[in-house]
Amino acid sequence: MARKPVRAPELSARAKLNDDIGEELRLRLYRMQVELREAEQRAFDLFLQNLVKGTSHLSLGQEAIAAGFAAAMKPGDLSFCTYRGHAHTLARGVPVEKVLGELMQRDNGLMRGKGGSMHLTSVEHGVMGSYAIIGAHLPIACGAALRAQYRGDDDVSVCFFGDGTTNIGAFHEALNFAAVWKLPVVFVCENNLYMEYTPIGEVTAVEHPAADRASAYGLERIVIDGNDADVVYRTASAAYVRARAGKGPSLIECMTYRHSGHSRADPAKYRPEGELEKWKERDPIKIYRARLKQFGIGDDVVAKIDAQVMQMIDAATEACKAAPPPPVDILFTDVYADGGWAWRN
Amino acid sequence: MAELTYRDAVARGIAQEMARDPDVIFFGEDVAKAGGVFKATVGLYEQFGPRRVRDTPISEQAILGAAMGAAMTGLKPIAEIMFSDFFAVCFDYIANEFPKSRYMSNGQVKCPLVVRTGNGAGSRFGAQHSQSVENWAMMIPGLKVVAPSTPRDVVGLMAAAVRDPDPVIFFEHKSLYATKGEVPDGEIVDTLGSARIVRPGKHATILALALMVPRALAAAERLQAEHGLDCEVIDVRSLVPLDTQAILGSVGRTHRLFTVEENPRLCGWGAEIVSIVADEAFYDLDGPPVRITTPHMPLPAADIFEDMVLPTVDRIVETVRRSLSA
Repeated sequence: MARKPVRAPELSARAKLNDDIGEELRLRLYRMQVELREAEQRAFDLFLQNLVKGTSHLSLGQEAIAAGFAAAMKPGDLSFCTYRGHAHTLARGVPVEKVLGELMQRDNGLMRGKGGSMHLTSVEHGVMGSYAIIGAHLPIACGAALRAQYRGDDDVSVCFFGDGTTNIGAFHEALNFAAVWKLPVVFVCENNLYMEYTPIGEVTAVEHPAADRASAYGLERIVIDGNDADVVYRTASAAYVRARAGKGPSLIECMTYRHSGHSRADPAKYRPEGELEKWKERDPIKIYRARLKQFGIGDDVVAKIDAQVMQMIDAATEACKAAPPPPVDILFTDVYADGGWAWRN
Repeated sequence: MAELTYRDAVARGIAQEMARDPDVIFFGEDVAKAGGVFKATVGLYEQFGPRRVRDTPISEQAILGAAMGAAMTGLKPIAEIMFSDFFAVCFDYIANEFPKSRYMSNGQVKCPLVVRTGNGAGSRFGAQHSQSVENWAMMIPGLKVVAPSTPRDVVGLMAAAVRDPDPVIFFEHKSLYATKGEVPDGEIVDTLGSARIVRPGKHATILALALMVPRALAAAERLQAEHGLDCEVIDVRSLVPLDTQAILGSVGRTHRLFTVEENPRLCGWGAEIVSIVADEAFYDLDGPPVRITTPHMPLPAADIFEDMVLPTVDRIVETVRRSLSA
C-alpha cells in the first residue's frame, strides 16, 4: 500500500534462520497483540454484565499498531493516546488489572475511578494521558518533544489518533509547529476507515486523510499496512531513529479496521455487508500466527502464550471484581497541586 | 527603587524568573524578535536567546498545547496569547486540558505553566480585541487566575505564577501598559491569593481589578473630597485563589459592598463575590451589595461609545453616593 515504503534494515546473518525482527521480539509482539485483543474482548464482556460503566472505545482489530509502535519504543519514550487508548496503554506495560479496574470504577484502577476509560494515564510507564477531545493531544505531544529538544533528552513523543482527527485544526497546527521546530515527535494516524459513524472518505478531500496532507508540512508521505505488526514495528523504528537524530517529526498513516463499533453505544450498522468479514481475513492476530508459523515457531508455543494471556486476564478480572470501589476521601483530592480543591481562603 | 512602566515590568518579571530557573521558557506570536505587539517582552530574546524565547506561528492551540506538554514533562513554560479574546480559539486547553489533567490522572500529571494575555478595553479595538475575559478563566476548576494593576504587582505576581505548581492565567491589562509605578530593586516574589487594601476607609468597601483599580481609587478620593464619604478600596488581584477573608473582613468594618468590574454584567466575578458576602456576611451589610459593570453587550469601537460603557470614575462616584445616601 505504501507508495514509499520504509526500507527495512539490512538483513543480518541471522536472517536466513529468522529475520531482522528475530524470534524473541516476534514472540513479544504476538503476546502483546493477544493481550490487547483479549483484554478488549474482556472489557466488552464486562459491559454486557454491567460491570463496566460509562462509555468505552475498543481497539479490537487495531492491535498491531499499538503493539508495533510500543515494542519499538525505549523506556522513557512517551505515548499520547486518544479516548480509544486501552490498547496503547496496555502496550506500554500497564497491568491489565489496572486498566480493567479503571473501567470497572474500582479502587485498583489506574486513576482510582477519577479518570475513566477515556483518560487512561500512567506516567511511570510513559503513558502521558488519553485525550478525549479530538486533536487536543497533538500539540501537547509537541510540547513534550520541545522539552526533549530543549534539554537534549533522548526520548521521542509518540502521538496516536484516528483518521477523523485529521480534519480538526489542532492536527494542522501541530504538524506545522513540529515541522518548523524539527521536534522529536511521531504522529501515528490509525485509519480505521470511519470517523465515528461516517466513512472518512465521505468527509475528507483526499484519499489518505493523514498521508496526503504530509507534503503540506514538508513531510514524507507514509502509508503502511497497520495490521501487520512487523511492518508497523519497522516503520516505527525508522521514525524513532529519525526523531532521535534531530531530523524532526514523522506522520505515519496506518491502514486498519475496527472490528467493533465506534463506542459502546454503536452497533456499527453503517458498514456495508461483507466489509467486516473481509477485514477479519486480515485480522492482525491471524496474520501474525501465520507469520510465526512461517518462521518455524510451533503451534505449542503459540498455544502456551494464548493460555498464559487468558490466565492473566482471568486473574485480573477476578481481582477487579473483588476490589472495593474507591474511597470517598479521594473525591476532592488533586484538583490543585496542594492536593486539595480549595479555591478560596 | 525605580519607576517602571507596567509594560517594562512584564519583561522584568519574566527576566527575573528566566534568570533564576533554566526550566523557564517563553513563547508566543511576535514575542521574541519583535518584543511583542505591546512591546511588553522587549529584550528577552536578546538576553536569553532563541532556545528559550521563541516566536510561534499564529496557532493558539499549538501554543497552549505545547506549553502543556512541556509543563507536564518538567519545564515551566510561559506562553503568550496576544489578546485574551483569542482564548476562544484555544479554549480546549484552558477549559479541558490544563485544569483537568491532574485530577483525571489522580495526581500523576502536573501542569505548572503560565498563560499571559492582553486583556481589557480602552484601545478602541472593538468587540473582538477589547474584552475582559477573566471570568472565562475564573469559572474553571483547576486554574488559578490573577490580574495585576501595578508594575510592582506585575513583577511579583509573575514570579508567584511561574513558581506555582498549577496552571495560572495571567491577565495583563492593555490600558495599563503605559502606566508607571515604583518597583523596588532586587527580586520580588508575591503571593497568589492575596487581595490588597489600597485605600483604607470606613463607609463602604469598593472591590476592583486591573484597570478598574485606579478608577476606583480616583472615585474614592472624589467621594471623600466632595461628599465626605470614606471608602475602602481593595485590589482583588487574584480571582483564584480568592482572598475571601480580606473581602469579608472589609465588609465587616464598612458594612457596604460595591464591585467595579470591566467584564459584561452576566456571570462577572463580582457576582460570585456578592453571593459569598450575601451568604457569609449578610448581617454585616447595611444595604444591598451593588455591582458596577460594563453593560451586557459587545464592546463598541468608537472612543465615545467605549468610554460610555466601561465603568468610569463618574459612574462609580455617582453609584456609591446614591447608594450610601439612600
